[in-house]
Amino acid sequence: MDAINTLAPPAPPLRKSRVRSGRRVADRLLVGACTLATLIGIVVLGSILAMLIIEGVKGFSPLLFTEPTPGPGSEGGGIANAILGSLVMTVLGILVATPVGVMAGTFLAEYGRHSKLADLIRFLNDILLSAPSILIGLFVYTLMVRPMGSYSGWAGAVALAIIATPVIVRTTEDMLRLVPATLREAGAALGAPPSKVITAITWRGASAGIVTGIILALARIAGETAPLLFTALNNNSWFSPNLMGGVPNLPVMIYQFALSPYANWQQLAWAGALLITITILALSIVARFVIKPQRAR
Amino acid sequence: MGALTEQISLTRAAAPARRKPGGIGDGLFRAASYASALLVLLVLFGILASIAYGGWPAFAEFGPGFITSSAWNIGQEQYGAFVAIVGTLASAVLALLIGVPLSLGIAVYLTQLCPGWARKPVAMTIELLASVPSIIYGMWGLFIFAPLFARFVQMPVSNLVEGMPVVGTLFYARVPSGVGILTAGIILAIMIVPFVASITRDMLDQIPTVLRESAYGIGCTTWEVVRHVLVPQASVSIIGAIMLGLGRALGETMAVTFVIGNANRLSASVFDPGSTIASRIANEFNEADGLQLNALMALGCILFVITFVVLIVARLLVRRVKVA
Repeated sequence: MDAINTLAPPAPPLRKSRVRSGRRVADRLLVGACTLATLIGIVVLGSILAMLIIEGVKGFSPLLFTEPTPGPGSEGGGIANAILGSLVMTVLGILVATPVGVMAGTFLAEYGRHSKLADLIRFLNDILLSAPSILIGLFVYTLMVRPMGSYSGWAGAVALAIIATPVIVRTTEDMLRLVPATLREAGAALGAPPSKVITAITWRGASAGIVTGIILALARIAGETAPLLFTALNNNSWFSPNLMGGVPNLPVMIYQFALSPYANWQQLAWAGALLITITILALSIVARFVIKPQRAR
Repeated sequence: MGALTEQISLTRAAAPARRKPGGIGDGLFRAASYASALLVLLVLFGILASIAYGGWPAFAEFGPGFITSSAWNIGQEQYGAFVAIVGTLASAVLALLIGVPLSLGIAVYLTQLCPGWARKPVAMTIELLASVPSIIYGMWGLFIFAPLFARFVQMPVSNLVEGMPVVGTLFYARVPSGVGILTAGIILAIMIVPFVASITRDMLDQIPTVLRESAYGIGCTTWEVVRHVLVPQASVSIIGAIMLGLGRALGETMAVTFVIGNANRLSASVFDPGSTIASRIANEFNEADGLQLNALMALGCILFVITFVVLIVARLLVRRVKVA
């Protein structure tokens, strides 16, 4: 051992590691780049939240929730009409999308399964899931606004329903598939007809997952702006209960007010933005916790 | 088994009076579920039909020249889609160039590098980026990012490259305002990151741990494991995820409308303002009527075709792997 050491050329100096330096550098670069990418993601989210809180809190006051949006150039005002309009349209949209989405998801998971039609619908539903929402706005404009001759909250609700449905279809189907087939067979063996098996056994087994889908859909449509631009538009007064004419809503209000020259409008836009983002983030987080026990089971 | 079947058929024969279990309610339920599923189909074709119908007068008026013309003159009723199409493609490609490395980095970090305790919170933070509404990205882009971008990137880079060939045009900002095609690309990149990253992460997670461990076992570094084991295994679905991100970037409206500058001109510089199909529609639709409305619908039609081709390819790629 000693002999070899003395004979050897002056120390191929004890390498720090047995890994060739080129490989080590590539590895370190990868680790650095990946960590940096993740940090960028986190910093962006943080900075968006910081921006909303700093700018939004300035405009927060109880008046936000009691006063309607002010006209151009007039002082003060709140966003109560926009909040209410958004709530009404979002709830209407979800009320339409939930039965359709759950039933369609049930068809895919229980009746259609691997038939050609079910495969086609599943595929198109996935495409609809990521289709540009602006195209859905154009569709509803042609379908409802043009024939009815006026922008309306109904058209807005339909546009939101179309965006929400594919989300619900997808989660419902996925969740129903997680229910073990033995449960269905047990139900059928007791003489229950398919509809009874589905409503009393599979739906119940998958209920947490289906609810998650509905919450996710809610989060998705609550902030949608583009389709509302062509269907519900916006205005500065309290809307009439028949939802005809422009219906005030948060996203379009934010869009119009943020780019306006009036300081109080911009302030309201920030307050609205903070409100809507917090609501949506809260919904997304809640959805995650609803789904958890489901997965653990 | 034979005896059992026989017995069942005997029982059936013996009780002819019993009605089919469930009866009419069961049929109704089935029909309702069938109809709901068909509705999904109908909506997709309805979208295509209504936009094609609305855009038809413009296509008829300008013919194929609608796609290649870069005119957009409301006064003279001359409309062409070229500038918007180029803007759409350019901003989406920039979004991919920036967003894909970011997404892959995040996916690799989450699956390979992240310490166990931090995995869930970090993954959740990245996924929350997906639920921030697009209009909020627009505000962030315009009010926070654009001023910083103008000051620390556009101005120094413009000063540096001024007068140089090629890069001198590509990266020169005549008015360093912070908004423009590249800004739109960056904001879009951030918006597609959560989608691409989470699909890629799922795919990487599906790769059997044994493969990874055996690679580490023969002395591979993390980079080599990623490069030679993970990426080849998941490549098809990663491409699918990227296409899915592309589909989103192409059709994204509000965020782009805030930061792209909304100019109808073709510029060689990525710092200059432009417009995309979606931003053009969002900007002009409410004040448009007559031929302009038809031209906007025709733009929508082109967007439909581009995004749906991309999305179909994406879904096919992602699906193929999941089944296999």
